[in-house]
Amino acid sequence: MSENGRQMRSMWRAAVTLAVAAACYEAAARSGYFAPALLPTLETVTKTLVSMLADGSMIAHAAATMYRVMFGFFLAVVVGLPLGILMARFQRVENFFMPLVSALMPIPSFSLVPLFMLWFGIGNTTTILIVFYAATFPMLFNTWSGVRSVNPIWLRAAGAMGADEHKLFWKVIIPGAFPFIVTGMRQAFLRCWIAVVGAEMIAASDWGLGWVIFDAKEFLNTDIMLASLVVIGAIGFLFERLVFGSIERATVQRWGMTRAAKG
Amino acid sequence: MQEAVTITVSGAPERPAGSERWRLIARNIFPFLVVGAIWEVVAWAGVFPHRLFPTLEEVALSFVQLTIAGILPHHAIETLLRLLSGFALAAIFGVGIGVLMGRSRLAEDIFLPLVSICAPIPGLAYAPLFLLWFGLGNFSAVLLVGFVSSFPVIFNSWTGVKAVREIWVRSAQSMGADDRRLFSHVILPGALPYILTGLRLGLAQAWRILVAVEMLAAVPWGLGWLIFGAREFLNTDIMLAGITVIAVIGLSLEKFVFQKIEDYTVVRWGMVAA
Repeated sequence: MSENGRQMRSMWRAAVTLAVAAACYEAAARSGYFAPALLPTLETVTKTLVSMLADGSMIAHAAATMYRVMFGFFLAVVVGLPLGILMARFQRVENFFMPLVSALMPIPSFSLVPLFMLWFGIGNTTTILIVFYAATFPMLFNTWSGVRSVNPIWLRAAGAMGADEHKLFWKVIIPGAFPFIVTGMRQAFLRCWIAVVGAEMIAASDWGLGWVIFDAKEFLNTDIMLASLVVIGAIGFLFERLVFGSIERATVQRWGMTRAAKG
Repeated sequence: MQEAVTITVSGAPERPAGSERWRLIARNIFPFLVVGAIWEVVAWAGVFPHRLFPTLEEVALSFVQLTIAGILPHHAIETLLRLLSGFALAAIFGVGIGVLMGRSRLAEDIFLPLVSICAPIPGLAYAPLFLLWFGLGNFSAVLLVGFVSSFPVIFNSWTGVKAVREIWVRSAQSMGADDRRLFSHVILPGALPYILTGLRLGLAQAWRILVAVEMLAAVPWGLGWLIFGAREFLNTDIMLAGITVIAVIGLSLEKFVFQKIEDYTVVRWGMVAA
């Protein structure tokens, strides 16, 4: 069988699998063995999703979550990127920050949620800071190892051709480290996305996808829960594939550098 | 903190001797002294309410008291047990499903769509669903941790089995290996570096969400529950003591488990760490 035909068959089977999984779920939901509140039919979930999208509440929740993610991610890049570069370029900076970073990194971001709740209260500040904490380390580490892994021959070649410190930095070090930086951003975003949902659940405010899911539990609104799960999955997928995929294609692949830091 | 540094420095430096070694230790302790001193000054100056920003002595004191009373070890052991049982679930099912997906086209076509849909959703988003379906408490917590951490295991085992060179399989077959021998002598060793990487990522993921799961699932013991409960009574010192234990466990996982696995695979298979 040709590769094309095989792919067709795979897609076929994938479609069949999903259809069968959906049918099994539907059958379980309709069988009456389980409480309908706990296992709503797909129809109910779809209806809830559509109505929440239509009245704008789902969009408002998603916007609140995105605001926190973006703010935290932005802070992480602003802190992690320069610090990573400084650590890689200056031994002193590395000597000072590396022990601190190594000690803080293994602390899961969620374990800081109760502390931040006490310090900053419930709401945006806490969530953004948790997101920031979660995202900074991958950003920092990838930048650090990227700058360190710039081939010394390039540096010397550029130096020999008369590049000054400024040019060396912008023309050699930054492009050389870029694949790692993009990987760092990607990992950082993933961490943000994981962190924001948890932080919203625990440090509940009034808006946000994580909060909706957790709040829905109180009222046994499983349909709202599943609808929000769909939205969370869709946004995460969209960012991972479209945004970071296209950044990678536009820069790293075009420059012919597909090396990447490992997670 | 010397340990912490060697983790991250690529091409670990050879063990320095004598005064050189003390210098290294001093250099690694120095940043903590600076941060600690700043903390103390802020705490003593009373910039923030004392209950919310205790001095380091108080944190140390409650750490010692809780440890002697056996409360902190109890919490820590419960957390570790949960981590291990969740991870064991993930390892068994993850490797099983992953290897099956790598070997059989049918299994791949069946599982891949399901896994690709479930994997990108942040693990904690499933938490309320699991709590509703399986109730509050240990069972849900362990199941959730297992479910979430199985995805990296599945993906990596799958990739690993697929990455086994076709030529090894064919040469083993032409030398008369039956299916069982082929599996245990060619495919499993070939895929092992990937599988170990998957297990490492899975364990790291399990650790990251476990603390939050403990906060949400209302388990009777556990470090996550300890720090979350301390919030109610504004016991910031207990909270910080709990976070310290969490950090120590995280650091030991990093150092004694992940690092070891990596060394083992890197040394044994001659793969180079990035």
